[in-house]
Amino acid sequence: MKKKKKEDVKVTNSSMVTRPIRRCFPIFLLPTLAAFFIGFIYPFIKGIYLSFCKFVTTSNAKFIGVSNYSKAFADASFRHAFWYTALYAVVSLVFINLFAFMLAYFLTQGIRGTNIFRTVFFMPNLIGGIVLGYIWSMIFNGILSRYNTSILLETKYGFWGLIILMCWQQIGYMMIIYIAGLQAVPGDLTEAAVIDGATSWQCLRHVILPNVMPSITICTFLSLTNGFKLFDQNLALTGGQPFAFMADGTQVKTTEMLALNIFNTFYGQASSAKGVAQAKAVLFFILVAGISLIQLRATKSKEVQQ
Amino acid sequence: MEQEKKPEVKTETKPEVKPKKIQTKASTNRKKMIVTLCLTIVSIIYVMPLVMVVVNSFKNNKYIKTNAFALPQGNMFAGFANYTKGMTFGDYPFMKSAGYSLVITLVSTFLILLCTSMAAWYIARVNSLFCKLCYYLFIFSMVVPFQMVMYTLSKTADSLDLDTPFTIPIIYLGFGAGLATFMFVGFVKSLPLEIEEAAAIDGAGPIRTFFFVVLPMLKPTLISVGILELMWIWNDYLLPYLVLDRKKYMTIPIHIQYLQGSYGSVDLGAIMALIVLSIIPIIVFYMSCQKYIIKGVAAGAVKG
Repeated sequence: MKKKKKEDVKVTNSSMVTRPIRRCFPIFLLPTLAAFFIGFIYPFIKGIYLSFCKFVTTSNAKFIGVSNYSKAFADASFRHAFWYTALYAVVSLVFINLFAFMLAYFLTQGIRGTNIFRTVFFMPNLIGGIVLGYIWSMIFNGILSRYNTSILLETKYGFWGLIILMCWQQIGYMMIIYIAGLQAVPGDLTEAAVIDGATSWQCLRHVILPNVMPSITICTFLSLTNGFKLFDQNLALTGGQPFAFMADGTQVKTTEMLALNIFNTFYGQASSAKGVAQAKAVLFFILVAGISLIQLRATKSKEVQQ
Repeated sequence: MEQEKKPEVKTETKPEVKPKKIQTKASTNRKKMIVTLCLTIVSIIYVMPLVMVVVNSFKNNKYIKTNAFALPQGNMFAGFANYTKGMTFGDYPFMKSAGYSLVITLVSTFLILLCTSMAAWYIARVNSLFCKLCYYLFIFSMVVPFQMVMYTLSKTADSLDLDTPFTIPIIYLGFGAGLATFMFVGFVKSLPLEIEEAAAIDGAGPIRTFFFVVLPMLKPTLISVGILELMWIWNDYLLPYLVLDRKKYMTIPIHIQYLQGSYGSVDLGAIMALIVLSIIPIIVFYMSCQKYIIKGVAAGAVKG
């Protein structure tokens, strides 16, 4: 932080560079700012406003206060989607990080073919969510058809299917971050531990792990936010099926996650539910932003310690 | 392995250092062998899904569900029939979707790189109160999920006639500006100001200074951001689905979802063939600039 401030002072002092740039505002900053206004600021503000309105199209919105929010909270499918998403996010977080760390640990042991392994493990990360979903639904249905069932018929298949899919996609990505973290651990530390007679487990637990804590923090929050924001894979793999009916007759899509629930409320249900959908979207935003904020705190406090 | 090594270390007494070292070397060699073997098995499992897609794309449609794991032999083998069928399957030529995907991805990435690097330089160098406000707004936009703005964004795009593949890059620039600007600003701040001062003394205006002095220095970040944006836009489904005029324009993800979701009788064979076709460019791209991709993706990890 100190370094940054020093540079700021330097920049403001150098009017030789600053003053001519300032005049070029329309060329340098304006295009991005205009697009940013169209693509983010205006939709964001309008979105917050509309969450307090009843509307069918954006032009005939009528202010109705917080009733959209109370409807969103009362919606059984939304509550179910929240708990389902939270469960998914936590379970996937554990599996992805565990396997990614293991792979990264083995790939930094100086074995042969490290580069080939890294290439292979990272590859699925580049394939888009929709395509991934259909690849895996083909595989799961290939397996489950032998038992005369399908991934669309049972909630637990959909859940674990999604976990396997996301592990396949995300492990390589997290592995790269862990490899960078592991390579930054000073070699003489582990050497000293080995000379002192530490077993490789003790070395991992007491020397390596504390040193890669920053990477662990990054990966934990990354997989957590990814889990909450998941949409494409969810849509392509199960699309929310199978459906269940609650006691009061409302339909709940049992493998539907938050993002898909919001999407379905917007475009699938009656057009009068758009206000409720927007309220759900605002709640979703608060949730995701909250996680990011905690992450920011966590990484900052770590930086101070070091 | 752990258990084997433990007693060795404990029974050694201090003066005898040499034999201990030799032993651990031999055991680490064996350990490495086992690790390599395990990793090989895991990586074979890792590639299997992709192999299966390729195998199934040569299979007759009706056998994919029942015999997903068999090799295409006898009547199961369909040759390239799935591929020729997939091209026009669903009343929409696949090549048209692929073309739109390519145009949207390339134009958007170029636009994002150009505009946000310029904006970032302006923000980092002018550093006024307004610039700081913009900067924090850009950072803020990174934590906002797309679902928050999707409805209003698609309506805004509609009303401004931005719903074609040639205008959607503006939407991408707007929604993707946050991460790109954030990364560029970080890098520009680390650049020495003296170089730009020298350029100013030599009589270069801001535009010349930017394109001939600053932009070449930004190359590593340009590559990182470029790769992140390429991957995001190429694979993006929801934004083009909501913004584009769906009857006229499709991208590859929209096309595949459309075939699976709403098209009467699902032809799995044709879909597998299309999935193979859509993965090939990604694999080629990955193999040709793997080093940059892994670096770029790791750099984007900060975005959170």
